[in-house]
Amino acid sequence: MRVIIPSPLHGYTGGASECEAEGATLAELLADLDRRYAGLRFRIVDEQERIRVHIRIYVNRQPALTLAVPLAAADEVLIVAALSGG
Amino acid sequence: MTDSSAATVLLVGTSKGAFVFTSDAARAQWTLAGPYFLGSSVNEIRADPRGGTWLMAAKAGHLGPTVYRRAAGTQEWQEAQRPPAFPKVEGEGGRSVGHVFCFCAGHASEPGVWYAGSSPAGLFRSQDDGLTWDGVAGFNDGLYPQIKHAVMEVPGGSILHSIAVDPRDAAHLYVALSTGGVFESTDRGANWTPLNAGVAAPFLPEPDTPYGHDPHCLAVHPAQPDRLYQQNHCGIYRLDRPATRWTRIGDAMPRDIGDIGFGLALHPRDPDMLWVFPMDGTDVWPRTCLDGRPAVYRSSDGGASWQRQDRGLPPQHAWFTVKRQALCVDAQDAPNVYFGTGSGELWVGEKAGANWRQIAAHLPPILSVQAVSSPPCA
Repeated sequence: MRVIIPSPLHGYTGGASECEAEGATLAELLADLDRRYAGLRFRIVDEQERIRVHIRIYVNRQPALTLAVPLAAADEVLIVAALSGG
Repeated sequence: MTDSSAATVLLVGTSKGAFVFTSDAARAQWTLAGPYFLGSSVNEIRADPRGGTWLMAAKAGHLGPTVYRRAAGTQEWQEAQRPPAFPKVEGEGGRSVGHVFCFCAGHASEPGVWYAGSSPAGLFRSQDDGLTWDGVAGFNDGLYPQIKHAVMEVPGGSILHSIAVDPRDAAHLYVALSTGGVFESTDRGANWTPLNAGVAAPFLPEPDTPYGHDPHCLAVHPAQPDRLYQQNHCGIYRLDRPATRWTRIGDAMPRDIGDIGFGLALHPRDPDMLWVFPMDGTDVWPRTCLDGRPAVYRSSDGGASWQRQDRGLPPQHAWFTVKRQALCVDAQDAPNVYFGTGSGELWVGEKAGANWRQIAAHLPPILSVQAVSSPPCA
């Protein structure tokens, strides 16, 4: 499925702003992303499997609040680094 | 003795990236390199005295904490394959590393071993020169659950900010955390004993408690490892092991200055010489230069007396803050002292702090400064 990557994470994707990845859940998708781009997953979720405070994930433009959200091959996943701080 | 022809390198961590200043042999001219990782908050860059690796504790605002490593002889930074992280806990209550705060190179007999302290307070060890990190279970899962009721959220979050390895014994460790206190291990971190007797803690309901104190910075003298100093929330202290009761050497500071501050810097060879930077700890703790008149204080007799060093510093109207990792000394034969400010100024105190001169201004808020005697990565 199509995954849109925010600019703070382009250092992991070789500059790519979107990529293809697979998974039946958001957790599986992030694991696949991490296989393709080592270290990317830990920038999105912490060691307790919590989506980091300043990260938002949307599936087909609907907010995904947990890693258990199911995914289908035609879905679009948008990862957003929230605007915050000074 | 050190090579007086060698350059001094200052590794500067700021809230918006890292900078490296390299001097000429006379330490008269400084060349700036960087920023590195512009936009990331860099708590510390630490050079390995054993092999020349540099480690950087960084946190990009949105993306959580990580560690970058620059191997000796290279110019490239490599991200840790497994940064410090707490174990996954099922259900609620698992801890997550907010930021990596400090590093300590391991014992000379253990090349590649590093320790890292984090916020919230955690202790981690790498055995592969910073590529992968594991929690020190004796601290994170052993000591911490026993003392966490005494760990308070200080303004920067609870921090394990100081780590020291006894140069005579790789298994002998000290750590300090705000709040929590100083702790000692003689078995590589498997078991810990509090080491806080004699330290004031009037904010606690039972001041004579074994832990819960608030050290701001702990330093073990490299040439005399039985000599410990700490700058605490409640004063400056010295401990000469095997004694276990700290002596408040800050009582010898001028009354109108007091002995509150964050950083502590030790002379690399003389265990009786140290520098502190008093901060205003009155009322609501502004943590700025006292009366707007910055000064370093030096002791050359183990804290029995103190001398004010302010020549060259602003005489008034200077209200900056010097953080706990932003005061250091180089290792040259005639060492210079350095500090960085929360307003982005970098200062050198030449002739052991006798004359102060500004190296740089307009940097982002400075979080840490470390002096390296020669450029291991050049």
